[in-house]
Amino acid sequence: MPASLIMSRRDLDFLLHEWLDVVSLTSRPYYAEHSRETFDAVLDLAEQMATKHFATHNRRADAHEPHVGPDGRVVLVPEVAAALEAFTGAGLLASDFDEDLGGMQLPAVVSRALHVWFQAANVGTSSYPFLTMANARLLVAHGSPELVDTWVRPMVRGRFFGTMCLSEPQAGSSLADITTRAEPRADGTYRLTGNKTWISGGDHELSENIVHLVLAKVPGGPPGVKGISLFVVPKFLLDENGDPGERNDVVLAGLNHKMGYRGTTNALLNFGEGVHRPGGQAGAVGFLVGEENQGLAQMFHMMNEARVGVGLGATALGYTGHLHSVQYARTRVQGRPIGAKDPATPQVPLIEHPDVRRMLLAQKSYVEGGLALGLYCAKLGDDQRTAATPEERAAAGLLLDVLTPVAKSWPSQWCLEANSLAIQVHGGYGYTRDHDVEQMYRDNRLNPIHEGTHGIQALDLLGRKVVMRDGAGLRLLLDTVAATTARAAALDGEPAEFAARLDAVFARIGATTRRLHGTGDPRLALANATPYLEAVGHAVVAWTWLEQLLAAHGRTGAFYEGKRAAARYFFRWELPGTGPQLDLLDSLDTTLLDAAPEVF
Amino acid sequence: MNIVVLVKQVPDTWSERKLTDADHTLDRDSADAVLDEINERAVEEALLIKEAQGGEVTVITMGPDRATDAIRKALSMGADKAVHLSDPALHGSCAVQTAKVLATLVGTVEGAELVIAGNESTDGRAGAVPAMIAEILGWAQLTQVRKLEVDGTTVRAERETDTGIANLEASLPAVVSVNEKINEPRYPSFKGIMAAKKKPVSTLTIADAGIDASEVGLANATTTVLEAAPKPPRTAGQRVEDDGTGGTKVAEFLVGQKLI
Ligand SMILES: Cc1cc2nc3c(=O)[nH]c(=O)nc-3n(C[C@H](O)[C@H](O)[C@H](O)COP(=O)(O)OP(=O)(O)OC[C@H]3O[C@@H](n4cnc5c(N)ncnc54)[C@H](O)[C@@H]3O)c2cc1C
Ligand SMILES: Cc1cc2nc3c(=O)[nH]c(=O)nc-3n(C[C@H](O)[C@H](O)[C@H](O)COP(=O)(O)OP(=O)(O)OC[C@H]3O[C@@H](n4cnc5c(N)ncnc54)[C@H](O)[C@@H]3O)c2cc1C
Repeated sequence: MPASLIMSRRDLDFLLHEWLDVVSLTSRPYYAEHSRETFDAVLDLAEQMATKHFATHNRRADAHEPHVGPDGRVVLVPEVAAALEAFTGAGLLASDFDEDLGGMQLPAVVSRALHVWFQAANVGTSSYPFLTMANARLLVAHGSPELVDTWVRPMVRGRFFGTMCLSEPQAGSSLADITTRAEPRADGTYRLTGNKTWISGGDHELSENIVHLVLAKVPGGPPGVKGISLFVVPKFLLDENGDPGERNDVVLAGLNHKMGYRGTTNALLNFGEGVHRPGGQAGAVGFLVGEENQGLAQMFHMMNEARVGVGLGATALGYTGHLHSVQYARTRVQGRPIGAKDPATPQVPLIEHPDVRRMLLAQKSYVEGGLALGLYCAKLGDDQRTAATPEERAAAGLLLDVLTPVAKSWPSQWCLEANSLAIQVHGGYGYTRDHDVEQMYRDNRLNPIHEGTHGIQALDLLGRKVVMRDGAGLRLLLDTVAATTARAAALDGEPAEFAARLDAVFARIGATTRRLHGTGDPRLALANATPYLEAVGHAVVAWTWLEQLLAAHGRTGAFYEGKRAAARYFFRWELPGTGPQLDLLDSLDTTLLDAAPEVF
Repeated sequence: MNIVVLVKQVPDTWSERKLTDADHTLDRDSADAVLDEINERAVEEALLIKEAQGGEVTVITMGPDRATDAIRKALSMGADKAVHLSDPALHGSCAVQTAKVLATLVGTVEGAELVIAGNESTDGRAGAVPAMIAEILGWAQLTQVRKLEVDGTTVRAERETDTGIANLEASLPAVVSVNEKINEPRYPSFKGIMAAKKKPVSTLTIADAGIDASEVGLANATTTVLEAAPKPPRTAGQRVEDDGTGGTKVAEFLVGQKLI
């Protein structure tokens, strides 16, 4: 196959094997069936399938966005169903589930690596199985064996697809204010009424059934987030054979028309308005997951994973844009080098211009840094589940908790910027629909919004994650970085130079965190949470670059030179930007607090 | 029915392929190796027959150690077992020697009645090996097949060549070579990938297979490459301005080239 413009297998192999040494996971009983051979084979499979079945209709699914047909059913371009059939047929949907559920027990870090192929090739189509996996994992973690048998098994086989129904028209960031109600019935089921919006994969004809996981409040429960419960609400109730039967009272009220991610249907759903009357009554039949009032906690249990997944999705889009712009810069000739302007000489490829290299190196440092961060977090998830001792498992979980807002937000911001630079490298052509980079930018623009906005992630990091358990998470992050810088310091040259810079930045982050929380005024401490998130983000990604530099140490060849060039770019051009951000935070600036609504 | 599929690992057609300067044999280090695409179709056809009628599919390959990747791919698609002949003495073997060796290996597969192969590999492109194997085994040969049907002991096939389509019928045992229209090969499934690890692969040297070193290898080959040169770069071509007579000029060009 020609070198792919979707993802770089070489980089994935470097990160998985030369850096993270994922084959060592196979010494744990849970992954014992795996080996380098199976990891390679699934990555080969992902590349082939993403290339042949997903990338091929990415544009078409964008140009022909889903619509509601005259019969009220959602119409999608037919290639979506064909691609998903290939995906589920190959068993990819089951990749990281337990064997007794029909899964393959693949380490999450490897399954994330195979998923980025699909996210980069066609994020719209790949959303359906990814939502289904997230839904099924949540049920495995919190559902009764009966719920798992009834709903997870058909999802893992790709017969049913799943959704996550949190958002309501009046409650997006603030889930405390959802109003969907769930009334208990004598038979142990519930009847739900309310409206959900923004539901990705909320309606379609791609699967036999759709399993909605819905947050709702049981009347009489505690107020706010403490009174939220989680329910399975299927589109079709099941007959005695477990096949879709009677229509449940959840209906499509309309589709949202989006800037990007158009291949994924996005629905407003009405629950319990009596359009269908299962068992002769209005109300959407729901099955409680776990206990009442545990809904948000259960949802958050899965949030780390979902958020790391969003970060990797953003990275995937940034990555493919980067590869496209490198290829463009190699082939488009324009202008002559400074100091060699003789018009009789041929023009040179764009990649010869230093400023174009700036844009390519910036993209490279963002997307390869984002990929490293995402895969590292995925491996922390594996460690949290399967590391040898309870202490190691707890430590992995703690570090993942701290890193999650960064792993979600940083790529959503900077790999989007990478897509913007990819357009810039293409000049006027990048701004047209004749080149793929335009769609990548639109698709990627979602990522700072869903799964908790950028601003909400900032509050999560500064308001919760770095102070929880008396700052234990932040301390663990600092220790982890210090272990790397110690190794780098021993090498002299660039690794040692960068290690010293990184130590200095993290020392400042520790001090700034203490200073902000030392005010004793949460309003003041959290007002500037976003630059805090962004400074920590750049510092963490600089750490992944130092790690990559160490993994590439002593190796020669263009690939490793590329790693060193990108690390150098990040340390010299990007990391210093954290200085002014930390200065601003240290000054306890009140510009935002002071700018009252009437000044706008 | 037991089926043998002949698979070959070839240099990726997307990478630059070279012959070594020393002996004009394939420079295997210069390019990535992949399972020849046409072999995936041969494996697919065997699996379809097995799924309909039962039996076992054995893949046979002759090639260096890294050909195990091609074997794994075929096994993860669903083939049952594999025979891998790997021996330095095989280096530089010609088509005739290759056919003899493969025919010997087919003979070791119990109950084999049908051999399926690709019609020609993307590297050598001789396209003669399947026919030679049939000749050596004394089996029927149905080559360049775009459609295949096995009904009891009868094999029916559509053979496609530049001159047209021929309908063939033969009795088993038979050797079939397939072209790229035969089917769309399946992806290896995840389950298939896991299962492939546990499937038997017997790796043999020529001694294990009872083949004498004097029958194989560059020194004993029936053909020799005397010289090899890279193909000349593409010429600029001829540019025609369309001043209203463009169509006529294109037609004249094609007539001049005896293409129409
Ligand atoms: C394409 C798409 C797919 C989606 N898929 C799903 C899905 O499958 N399931 C689902 O449940 N939801 C889904 N969502 C909804 C998504 O999670 C919400 O859009 C998101 O949580 C933001 O909520 P909102 O849109 O109501 O914005 P708002 O909450 O109104 O926020 C608007 C702005 O105000 C800021 N803001 C809000 N509150 C605060 C605060 N307290 N402090 C500081 N700043 C604040 C936000 O950061 C944001 O910038 C999807 C959304 C989109 C666009
Ligand atoms: C919507 C739209 C409207 C337009 N309207 C008009 C119009 O009305 N009239 C008109 O004449 N044109 C118009 N243009 C063209 C526009 O001015 C060009 O697109 C622009 O000048 C860039 O040229 P280019 O697209 O060929 O990109 P390129 O010149 O190929 O540039 C590609 C990238 O390489 C960089 N680059 C190129 N050369 C060098 C160099 N020597 N050193 C460093 N970096 C370099 C560029 O900065 C850019 O990032 C329009 C373009 C668009 C998209």
